[in-house]
Amino acid sequence: MTTKMQPKLSRPAGSLSKSQVSQAARTRWAKHAAQSVMWWVISLGLFIGIWELVTVLGWTNPIILPPPHEFFAEIANQDQFLAPRIGVERTGGNFVLLTAIVATLKRVLIGLVLGFAAALSVGGLACYFDLFGKLTLPVITLLAPIAPIAWIPFAIMAFGIGDNAAIFVVFIGIFFLLTLATVNAIRNVNQLYINTARVLGASRRQVMFKVILPAIIPDLFFILRINFFAAWMAVLAAEMVGVNTGLGAIVMVGRQMFNAKLMFLGMAVIGLVGYLLDVCFRQLQNRMLWWKGASQL
Amino acid sequence: MGQLVCDHVSKIWNPDSGDANLAIDEVSFTVNSGEFLVIIGPSGCGKSTLLSMMAGLEMPTSGAMIYNGEPITAPSTDRSMIFQQASLFPWLSVLDNVAFGLDLQGINKKERTERAKHYLQQVGLLKSANRYPHQLSGGMQQRACIARALCLGTDVLLMDEPFAALDVQTRHQMQKFLLELWEGTNKTVVFVTHHIDEAVYLADRVLILTANPGRVLEMIPIDMGRPRDMMSKGFEYHRNLFVDHLRSEVVRAFEEQELAEMLDTRI
Repeated sequence: MTTKMQPKLSRPAGSLSKSQVSQAARTRWAKHAAQSVMWWVISLGLFIGIWELVTVLGWTNPIILPPPHEFFAEIANQDQFLAPRIGVERTGGNFVLLTAIVATLKRVLIGLVLGFAAALSVGGLACYFDLFGKLTLPVITLLAPIAPIAWIPFAIMAFGIGDNAAIFVVFIGIFFLLTLATVNAIRNVNQLYINTARVLGASRRQVMFKVILPAIIPDLFFILRINFFAAWMAVLAAEMVGVNTGLGAIVMVGRQMFNAKLMFLGMAVIGLVGYLLDVCFRQLQNRMLWWKGASQL
Repeated sequence: MGQLVCDHVSKIWNPDSGDANLAIDEVSFTVNSGEFLVIIGPSGCGKSTLLSMMAGLEMPTSGAMIYNGEPITAPSTDRSMIFQQASLFPWLSVLDNVAFGLDLQGINKKERTERAKHYLQQVGLLKSANRYPHQLSGGMQQRACIARALCLGTDVLLMDEPFAALDVQTRHQMQKFLLELWEGTNKTVVFVTHHIDEAVYLADRVLILTANPGRVLEMIPIDMGRPRDMMSKGFEYHRNLFVDHLRSEVVRAFEEQELAEMLDTRI
């Protein structure tokens, strides 16, 4: 019995060629992906279906909550409403929406990059120069809980209506939290790495730039991704209450013109773009975390 | 050339606070240049602390660590430390890890790569030069750490239980590998372990420490040729010698179980 069993047991590993193995892996992946797509479609379909049903049954006012078929049919006609108030240079016809997306994205991304760079510098300096840290960190700790949205009135007063106010709101929305996160991450760097570098002859500055900085980047990137949503919300709120251009402004124009379809179009685009950005961030994060190995992600 | 003298060294943790803790008490011994010294003792005997002070990462509370006649005040590339956990930087390739110390000295990339490759060859990792630490086994990571130390032309290797995290077979391979590497050089090795067999297998002399606080219990020379056969009478004799010395110590400080651990894990 046992002699018969042994060859049987060893066969699968020995007889499958490499290409067969990867073929199997690919098939499994495709199956998984198809299933995932299927549930997305079912979930969305159900959502739209119920919405449509509720309108057909007359439970809602179609002017305030337009049924999906009307909403989709009207998308092509909405750009005429967008044009005059968008304020961003018109590139013609259907690109109006695109210019609004570009305007919003530009603000978020510039604010994020500036905020990330500033937080990394201030956090790093606060740890490197003890006195600087002692002088700044208490203030930063107290300012951090102020919601980014609460900075909007000040931003508009200080920078006027336009890109700068929105960028400032994003910047200030992530700067304090990310600075505290930087300090925390630096303090938590594995002492083993620092001792290793010191034994290998690293100066204090070299430890900072060659060990601590690379060691904390993945952590910070993760925190940046979480804070991105706060920044995204802040910039949209700013666009609604004063900046008057971009995706947030579209929703507001919809309300002012009592055009629910336009309002929902703006909301749908906000959701979609936000989702796609997060996907991009995740991809970027995986690239930056490559050295941690897939298992630790 | 690398002689280390431990001269009446004491170390107190948190000396100014209420829970001051005497870790090392008046320890004195000399590590001769080119010698393979093993430090053994139960946990809590301050073996690692002693090694950190030799590296210059910690300072003695009183007494002095003296290297080639000079008191040690800071880490130096003359003395390199190998830690229990492999300490390669995960964001650098194996080659860049090994060349890290040279990079700190501002040596240009071409020479860096050349020298790092030479030592990678010595530890048998040349093929893995462009891989990353997480792709290596534990034993390979420790060999890369050794290559990184050798790359700086270090005279003293301070090894803090470097093979304790490895599986039994790998550990024995690494011990043989380390001896071969050491025999070809005149480097001084200070090796901390809590495995009796490992100590008897590797050492020229073994320093036994007591626990809480760490004091010198005994310095025992191992007068056996290499390579050593762990089944031989001489090996057995030395093993028993250490068991006798350590038993009273372990029982005093802890429990019988730890002694069993120190013996059970055969190399």
